[in-house]
Amino acid sequence: MNSIILIAGARLLVVLMLVFSLFMLIRGHNEPGGGFIGGLLAAIGFVVYAIACGTRDARRALRFRPSSIAGTGLGLALLAGVMAAIWGDTLFTGQWLFLGATETDKGWPLSTVLLFDIGVYLVVLGAILSIVFSLEEAV
Amino acid sequence: MSWLLSLPLIIPFATAIAAFLVRGHASGRWISLTGSAIALAAAIALLMVVLDDGVIAGQMGGWPAPFGITLVADLLSAVMVLITAITAFAVAIYAFGDIDRRREELGYHALFQTLIAGVTGAFLTGDLFNLYVWFEVMLIASFGMLILGGEKEQIDGGVKYVALNLVSTLLFLSGIGLLYGMTGTLNLADLAQKVETIPNQGLLTAVAMMFMVGFGIKAAVFPLFFWLPASYHTPSFAVSAVFAGLLTKVGVYAMIRMFTMIFDHDIGFTHTILLWIAGFTMVTGVLGAASQGDFRKILSFHIISQIGYMILGLALMTPLALLGAVFYLVHHIIVKANLFLIAGIASRATGSTDLYRIGGLYASSPLLAVLFLIPAFSLAGFPPLSGFWAKYVLVKASLDAEFWFMAFIALAVGLMTIFSMTKIWAEAFWKPHPTNPDPALDQVPHRGALLLPVAGLAVLTMVIGLYPEPFVVFAERAAAQLLDPTAYITAVLGAAP
Repeated sequence: MNSIILIAGARLLVVLMLVFSLFMLIRGHNEPGGGFIGGLLAAIGFVVYAIACGTRDARRALRFRPSSIAGTGLGLALLAGVMAAIWGDTLFTGQWLFLGATETDKGWPLSTVLLFDIGVYLVVLGAILSIVFSLEEAV
Repeated sequence: MSWLLSLPLIIPFATAIAAFLVRGHASGRWISLTGSAIALAAAIALLMVVLDDGVIAGQMGGWPAPFGITLVADLLSAVMVLITAITAFAVAIYAFGDIDRRREELGYHALFQTLIAGVTGAFLTGDLFNLYVWFEVMLIASFGMLILGGEKEQIDGGVKYVALNLVSTLLFLSGIGLLYGMTGTLNLADLAQKVETIPNQGLLTAVAMMFMVGFGIKAAVFPLFFWLPASYHTPSFAVSAVFAGLLTKVGVYAMIRMFTMIFDHDIGFTHTILLWIAGFTMVTGVLGAASQGDFRKILSFHIISQIGYMILGLALMTPLALLGAVFYLVHHIIVKANLFLIAGIASRATGSTDLYRIGGLYASSPLLAVLFLIPAFSLAGFPPLSGFWAKYVLVKASLDAEFWFMAFIALAVGLMTIFSMTKIWAEAFWKPHPTNPDPALDQVPHRGALLLPVAGLAVLTMVIGLYPEPFVVFAERAAAQLLDPTAYITAVLGAAP
């Protein structure tokens, strides 16, 4: 498709969608959201870009092959599960690290759960995009 | 302890991810082989611990049973994990000679390792819904492997395979839903205790039938087997060997697990049906094989008839019969995977798997002929090979339970199996090749990688056959655990209050 309105709109939309997808990913920790929905939103962002500017540009904007992104995501998710071994817990037990925690402030929580969510985010993003891109290119 | 349980799962998954990220690169096959070797070591370690300490259980994520996902290994689970790892290792070697570059680029090694992870997960899980998830992992990976290469025949077989397996999955899932509605739990150990308290036991039998049909499709029993011969002869040989060895056996394992632990409330009804299924499965499978003229199609039909024997062991539900079923499972996986691997070598040497267009293998490659005879005779039940003991125990069990007719069928089907095996022998090995005067094994590329796993599995068959004592004792202990799941339940839920 070659529509100036869409291309101009896409520039704005794609950025918003990607930022919003990251917001959803982080927010999902305690509220509705999470890696799955975040990954879907990011995928939609790239799909909009692909519709507006073509899959070749979208692939270039993505930088990595979608399937490799999914593979890396799966690796991160597995890593998050295996990391429990360091603390001697069973597979996929959530581990927490509070950076700069003081007595009044909980600090900045980092957890394997978040790493798992990032993995899910990448898996969903990569899987959806590899399907959508190949469907687009087959037409 | 729980890490020992999760390692056979983590290793194939990690290998799959690594192999996926380097797919198309020549290192993929080495990653796959290394991963399989490590997984084999982990499986051996698991079996050692289970042999010493009895049933072990681990709660994933630290969520206690029955709320979280439990991994459990009793003797049956542990030995199935080990045999899966052995098959995977053999096929990973075989893949060096069988899987071409194009299939590697499409991600063969990643799919293969994912499939192994799925199979292992199904054997290790102690949670019904988790079992469903592993079935799905297996189904997705196996579908990918089945159509890898994208030939017309493969797509045709793949569609049948997926359609029927989806029906099975749907029934299984509905059964899970109903069971959860009745008991409020999906943990197998918890279920085993709670099913007794359900007021309406008739409803439980109805759910049992849903599970029987669902697993029956997976296990390819009569009359639900027709997807198997339609699809197993289409993919590459390494793939069909893994499928033939492992996939249907996961269905059989699930059936054994459910119908000894959960659905043992009305044995007179459910297990009589299983007995009939076993008889029909044995007979139709072997008759189907007799009518075929393709190496792999004959073997595919024989999978079905052999499944019948395992179901027979389950249906009789005596300690001796279950011993036979466990023994048969282990023996069958080794022998069947081996026969499919041999079919691959024979096809490479002669140019086809169509028995009427090939021949002359005995004259050109006597080594392959010997390697074929071992699993073929073992399948038919010749002493002193592993199949003899497996069949002997099951026939003895049916005689003890006074099911004379079943014993007769089991023996007759064994005889018919010899007929099919001699057919392959006469056509592929004995008669001269119709067109090519000298089909030569030494012209096959990578024949070392192809012959090594075949020889290794044949040696395993011989060892089980010549020295069956420890294996029988092991199977007896596994059967005892199946009949009395107290140890299993205690390991998962802790000692009874």
